[in-house]
Amino acid sequence: MSTRSFGTRVKRNVDPKLLKGEGSFIDDLDLPGVLHAAFVRSPFARAKIKSVDTDYARSMDGVMAIYTCDNIGNLDMELPLLIPHDCMNDARTQRTLARDDVYHVGQAVVMVVAINRYLAEDAALMVDVDYEPMDVEVDIEKAILPDAPLVHPTHPGNIAADLTQISGDPESAFARAEHVTKIRVEVERSTAAPMETRSVAAYYDKISGALTVWDGTQAPLTVRGGLASIFEIDEDKVRVIAPDVGGGFGQKVMFPHPDELLVPLAAMELGLPVKYIEDRRENFISSNQERKQIHHIELYATKDGDVIGLKDFFLHDTGAFIPYGIAIAQVASTSIAGPYRIPNIHVQFQAVYTPTVTITPYRGCGRPQACFAIERAMDQLAEELGIDRFEIRRRNLISDDQFPYPREGLIFADGLPVTMDSGQYFKALDLIEEKIDVRNFPKMQEEARSQGKYLGLGLAYYVEGTGLGPYEGGHIKIHPITGKVYVNTGLSGQGQGHDTVFAQIVADQLGVNVEDVILTEGDSGAYDWGVATFASRAAVVSGNAIHKTALIVRKKTIKAAANMLEVDEDQIELRDGHAWVSNSNRSVSLAAVATATNPLRYAFNEAAKAATQFAPASRHDGPALDEGQAPGLEATDYYSPPAATWAYGVHAAIVEVDEITCETKIKKYALVHDCGNMINPTIVEGQVMGGVAQGIAGAMYEKVEFDDDGNISNANFVDFVIPYATEIPKVEMYHLETPTPLNPLGVKGVGEAGCIATAATIASGLTDALREFGNPKFRSTPITPSMIHEVISSSSSG
Amino acid sequence: MKMIRNLPSANSFGQTSKVSLTVNGTNVEKEVSVRMLLSDFIRHELGLTGTHVGCEHGICGACTVIIDGKSSRSCTLLAVQADGIDLRTIESVANKDGSLHPIQEAFHECHALQCGYCTPGFIMNIVSEFENNEKIDTTDEGIRELIAGNLCRCTGYANIIEAVRDAAEKLQKKR
Repeated sequence: MSTRSFGTRVKRNVDPKLLKGEGSFIDDLDLPGVLHAAFVRSPFARAKIKSVDTDYARSMDGVMAIYTCDNIGNLDMELPLLIPHDCMNDARTQRTLARDDVYHVGQAVVMVVAINRYLAEDAALMVDVDYEPMDVEVDIEKAILPDAPLVHPTHPGNIAADLTQISGDPESAFARAEHVTKIRVEVERSTAAPMETRSVAAYYDKISGALTVWDGTQAPLTVRGGLASIFEIDEDKVRVIAPDVGGGFGQKVMFPHPDELLVPLAAMELGLPVKYIEDRRENFISSNQERKQIHHIELYATKDGDVIGLKDFFLHDTGAFIPYGIAIAQVASTSIAGPYRIPNIHVQFQAVYTPTVTITPYRGCGRPQACFAIERAMDQLAEELGIDRFEIRRRNLISDDQFPYPREGLIFADGLPVTMDSGQYFKALDLIEEKIDVRNFPKMQEEARSQGKYLGLGLAYYVEGTGLGPYEGGHIKIHPITGKVYVNTGLSGQGQGHDTVFAQIVADQLGVNVEDVILTEGDSGAYDWGVATFASRAAVVSGNAIHKTALIVRKKTIKAAANMLEVDEDQIELRDGHAWVSNSNRSVSLAAVATATNPLRYAFNEAAKAATQFAPASRHDGPALDEGQAPGLEATDYYSPPAATWAYGVHAAIVEVDEITCETKIKKYALVHDCGNMINPTIVEGQVMGGVAQGIAGAMYEKVEFDDDGNISNANFVDFVIPYATEIPKVEMYHLETPTPLNPLGVKGVGEAGCIATAATIASGLTDALREFGNPKFRSTPITPSMIHEVISSSSSG
Repeated sequence: MKMIRNLPSANSFGQTSKVSLTVNGTNVEKEVSVRMLLSDFIRHELGLTGTHVGCEHGICGACTVIIDGKSSRSCTLLAVQADGIDLRTIESVANKDGSLHPIQEAFHECHALQCGYCTPGFIMNIVSEFENNEKIDTTDEGIRELIAGNLCRCTGYANIIEAVRDAAEKLQKKR
């Protein structure tokens, strides 16, 4: 190995095609004769369906098929509960197409297939559905009251799940405490809003019986397994491909949305390719969302600020259905104590059904809510005890020598006990304190004040359990003609640069250029063992699987090359696509080694001549392949993490409020984060920066708004305010690298890191900025100019 | 450059009208449905799928193309409105030998794209701005304004800002 590529800022292999508009997103696929699907969706949040009349629509030009719950065979069912848990009683999931009842505005009722999208939408408009609307309650605090209308008659109080987790001995800690801080915080509902909406296309080949599905999913292998199981066909007859996917952020991990079943069904029945490209409004009203939680958090402390107990009760809005189980609420529960020792924890949540779009993970998955609760509470405790905000955290952080730090009794979303594996929590806090220039801040604040501007310093610490199991695999093969290295893994990418970071891992072991490592991911036809992309796990789980595989291929390559070059194995070096004899100019290309390790009968090129049975290099006494030996330079291996590995970081910001416009400007935003060893710092920074932008969006702009009848009143990009470049500040980023002991590469996940602490940081800063206006606390997000105006105006008038 | 497709299509339906325009330097004449969006025409009639559709209501900028020298949203125009125009899409930006345009190169250098879905829209907007302005304001605020018509959900914009600055400095040096 001449140069190590792990840890360097290698540019992405995938960029050129995307930059030239040559990507293959699903709607870009050229499927001859493709038919288009459109949906009839419920206009009511909760209603009985009295009748569905498709006769006229069926007679319209270009209409090929119309599907209702009555003609979809065994798809007329409740969709699978993907992640079961004992705390859910009779969990409700959506039906593929509504039968008798609808449970949220946007629920799929009818699918129309026509020769183009325009005609499909025309026909969908002409489907006549007669509804009888029912009373609804979308406010989760009111939905649990005794007389609230029920989403599902099976679930009194609209309670979908109720789980208490306990660590240590909270009752005695609560009794011992000298000070208690209690606050209520609320985080609003948002949505991933990937730039490419969800989409799916399918083609069924009647001759071979093979179903091919192109799905803009984060979980192609799950989709494959699900389709095979629901359609009752062999897994090997279903190929699922996630081609280029235009962002996912969690929304695309859930399977199945109804279209993911109905489009393949239509393709099988009609014998032509069929596709469905969700429009933006549909993405708002029918693709899953996340975030709404209301926490009541209590910190039990000594007088000098040592938090000895934590009690949290929270309501979690799960929407109309709970197909993904309690994953989000469970992540929030187990992240609630943040980076602090807090040895005694009592945390309970209730997941609440509301007649709204189903809730499944969106980047962060419960972590931003938990961080907002604990960090707003730590700020409050600091204020009540008269201790500085940095100091109160310092008094409670887990110290380096306390790792691994278990939270016995808390079970994480992977079903395993929580143990924070490693970190340098104090160092990170010291670093951010220096970088945000705490010492000079009071002076800045005073100067700004004299110009009618209010400055505040915000601070928030976060932890992130990443790299969850169960496992991923890697397959590597060195190509005998070109010497290029082909790598497969089962999960898929949505812009994270897997093709580059996985190539870096392999390049180091095999001594090849990063550009000569070619990754195929997200195609069950190429590799079909694995799980999915979620929970900041790709680099950790697939990364380590590929690393382990690369070690095997390296060993095979060295052994074969030593044989060809007639030297000992320890004299072989792999670099520049060749195996070299150390300190000599003798070498053989990897292509030649790959060819030579495959005993051949036919010589198709010069290298192959050396591998044929009469060539001197392949002379041997027995069979061409020894017992147990496989041809070629190829291997497959797996990595299954023993537990989640915990990344962490701390954010700080200086925010400025204009008293007249009530606009908040982020004057400075700095963060320290630690995701273990970085494979590619540029890509890490990109992930963190994108996360921060989504965090700021949630902190200050984005909220899915429902009216009292359960309609989303801002289901478009005009009214649902996604920040442009003009709203996102420059972010200073500082890296710590504490390798995790849990995996060979020492890496932790980073995909969700940026979004976790942002809202808490902004709220902390605004609280600091506007203290003199009646000491407002900013305990709900998004924090809008209207909220700030209310604070400023009510304080001045009062 | 990707070849323009010229096949009869299921998208020619209902009342139609003839449009004649220049697409990436080539004359195109087609009978199109009077309802068809320009973005659909570009993507599915001409087969130029590098122009993406993100919101269908003119907010996200993913569908940005250059019409008669100015960046325009193709999702809020009808194909029939394109009669007589000079249209340029992302497929026309790279050099003939397939190598990247300096703006594309800068995006690659600065890691200014992740999923790549919004990227063609950004590039077309930036190309148009560069062509129409003698001097680009390369302060952070200037660049933020320049790209404020395009949404990106992956990058948080920081690296896009760097890429625009990088490209502007290189291109202005050349002039």
